[in-house]
Amino acid sequence: MTRLIAPLFLVVFALVPLWLNDPYLMNALIITGIFTICAMSLNLLLGYTGQLSLGHVAFFGIGAYVSALTALGFDVSLPFGLRITHEGGSPLLGFVLAILITGVTGYLIGRLSFRVRGAYFVIVTISFAEVVRLVALNWVELTQGPLALTSIPNMTLPLPGLGDLTLRTKMQNYYLVLGVAVLSYLVVARLVASRFGRAMRGLKENESLALSLGVNATRTLTIAATVSAAMAGAAGSLYAHYIRIIDPDVFLFSYTVTMVIMVVAGGKGSLAGPLVGGLIFGLLPVALRPVMAPEAQWIVYGGILIAILFVMPNGIVPALANLTARRRPASLTKTPETPAEAGAQS
Amino acid sequence: MSAILSVEHVGMRFGGLTAIADLHFDVKPGEILSLIGPNGAGKTTAFNIMTGFLKPTTGRVLFEGRDLAKTKPNEIARLGLARTFQRTSVFANDTVLDNVLIGLQRFGEPSLLERLLPTPRALALEKETRARAEAIIDMVGLSARAHEKAGSLSYGEQRLVGFALALAIEPRMLLLDEPVSGMNASETQSFVGLVRKVRDAGVTILLVEHDMPMVMEVSDRIVCLNYGRLIAEGTPAEIRNDAAVIEAYLGKSAAKLDLKEAANA
Ligand SMILES: Nc1ncnc2c1ncn2[C@@H]1O[C@H](COP(=O)(O)OP(=O)(O)O)[C@@H](O)[C@H]1O
Ligand SMILES: [Mg+2]
Repeated sequence: MTRLIAPLFLVVFALVPLWLNDPYLMNALIITGIFTICAMSLNLLLGYTGQLSLGHVAFFGIGAYVSALTALGFDVSLPFGLRITHEGGSPLLGFVLAILITGVTGYLIGRLSFRVRGAYFVIVTISFAEVVRLVALNWVELTQGPLALTSIPNMTLPLPGLGDLTLRTKMQNYYLVLGVAVLSYLVVARLVASRFGRAMRGLKENESLALSLGVNATRTLTIAATVSAAMAGAAGSLYAHYIRIIDPDVFLFSYTVTMVIMVVAGGKGSLAGPLVGGLIFGLLPVALRPVMAPEAQWIVYGGILIAILFVMPNGIVPALANLTARRRPASLTKTPETPAEAGAQS
Repeated sequence: MSAILSVEHVGMRFGGLTAIADLHFDVKPGEILSLIGPNGAGKTTAFNIMTGFLKPTTGRVLFEGRDLAKTKPNEIARLGLARTFQRTSVFANDTVLDNVLIGLQRFGEPSLLERLLPTPRALALEKETRARAEAIIDMVGLSARAHEKAGSLSYGEQRLVGFALALAIEPRMLLLDEPVSGMNASETQSFVGLVRKVRDAGVTILLVEHDMPMVMEVSDRIVCLNYGRLIAEGTPAEIRNDAAVIEAYLGKSAAKLDLKEAANA
């Protein structure tokens, strides 16, 4: 049953722009989509390996800055009289570089912290995000610091035979985000179903047993961190080219908290969990905006999260899955009760 | 014949507690060797040292001539030395089939691309892995349970899942820590058959078990451990009549009693 959530979401959200003209709602859906990609990426780590990245926004922010700077160009002087000048290039190249650089970053963080796991990883990721935020704030020559990088060009896609298509409208950006979200979902689904996914699950469920079977814990977790970081980096790139202005606030801790809430409420360790959680907590600000200030909304987020987890401790999607699983034996008893009935049926 | 596993004067201290004082024995290729001794004698600790979960305070372990001092548990598994755990150890939330599939980790290494994309080779590999898993489940007699969650199985069945997991890595040597505890008599009997079958397929077996009839029946050789020291070594017949072994298991008074009975007879 819960397997149908993702295809259902795809059909519904592919059709939305055909009838929805409200630019405010379209904007909310695009941002929700971008954060849902982040939630999927966090779920790969938190849900499937049990490792909590509380600095996940770092990968999002790095992706945004890498992509924006690739498109805008920069000119920085380094120690020893070195100078790096970049003319500015295509946003698509920025998107690719964002994925590669955040992937490498995730790999390094994984290598650094997965020798000792648990709390250590949480601390390393939090500190890393704070360090990156400070760099973005203070390396003014590169990032403009608090003045923000502005006039970031929209994403451009080269269409074979048709030249470049620059995605200027909300509808175009909406479909771009939807496309990347679908790809991200497929990557996570594929990873989780593969032997690699089984290694992750094994480690999370019973580490000693997994080790005794030859599962390499450090390598498995590092690969998960690499893919997860790259996916968050892709989301950051989409964000930069859609919003077209970024400042060090893309590294805000509250973004990480939002991602964690989306994953935990939707159901960590389930493929559709981040989609459901992402939709609820992505669109909640839209519902709450008329009634309360953004700061006060956090109280409502917290309240709703607690209410969800009180009723469904593992999150919404696993609870739904349990519900349908419990129904199934009941329907089974309808089939042959007695040998006579079975004979009559055949 | 040179040993497949050599335990060379291994000692293990936990703070002030000496779990193993001086353990020294060889396992020959193809044999079923049992390591027996009362609770707390250090048997599980010895297994943890052999499989890299603990590093010995003194001495060393060689597997096929290779010193395991710096080898991690997952690397030791890949060398072909598998183990089961004394406490029932399965992936409780996964089906029996998925359990064994996790055990088949090292079977055919896919590239990163194959991890991400369902390439034909990746799919073929996946299918072959499944077939292997099913064969192993069939061998331990759990086919009917393949799609049930391992945690929902009976205690004896879970022990079989643990055994199937260890088999999945295709070991050359298998360490079994109290494999039949929790099994009833008929389950134990069929497990003995299974162990023999695995040994006949060329897998050396080191067994820790409290079920003495089972140990006597299945072992080629037995070593007995007490307070972290080897106190006897020999064939089942020799061990059965060894005074030190009887004393270790039944206590001093019992040993005296036995001797008195022998004198009276
Ligand atoms: N990790 C550990 N830390 C401290 N003491 C331990 C540890 N593991 C085992 N021991 C102690 O070592 C001794 C041997 O235990 P164990 O190897 O489990 O015995 P056996 O398996 O023969 O019953 C016991 O006294 C036990 O309490
Ligand atoms: Mg023990």
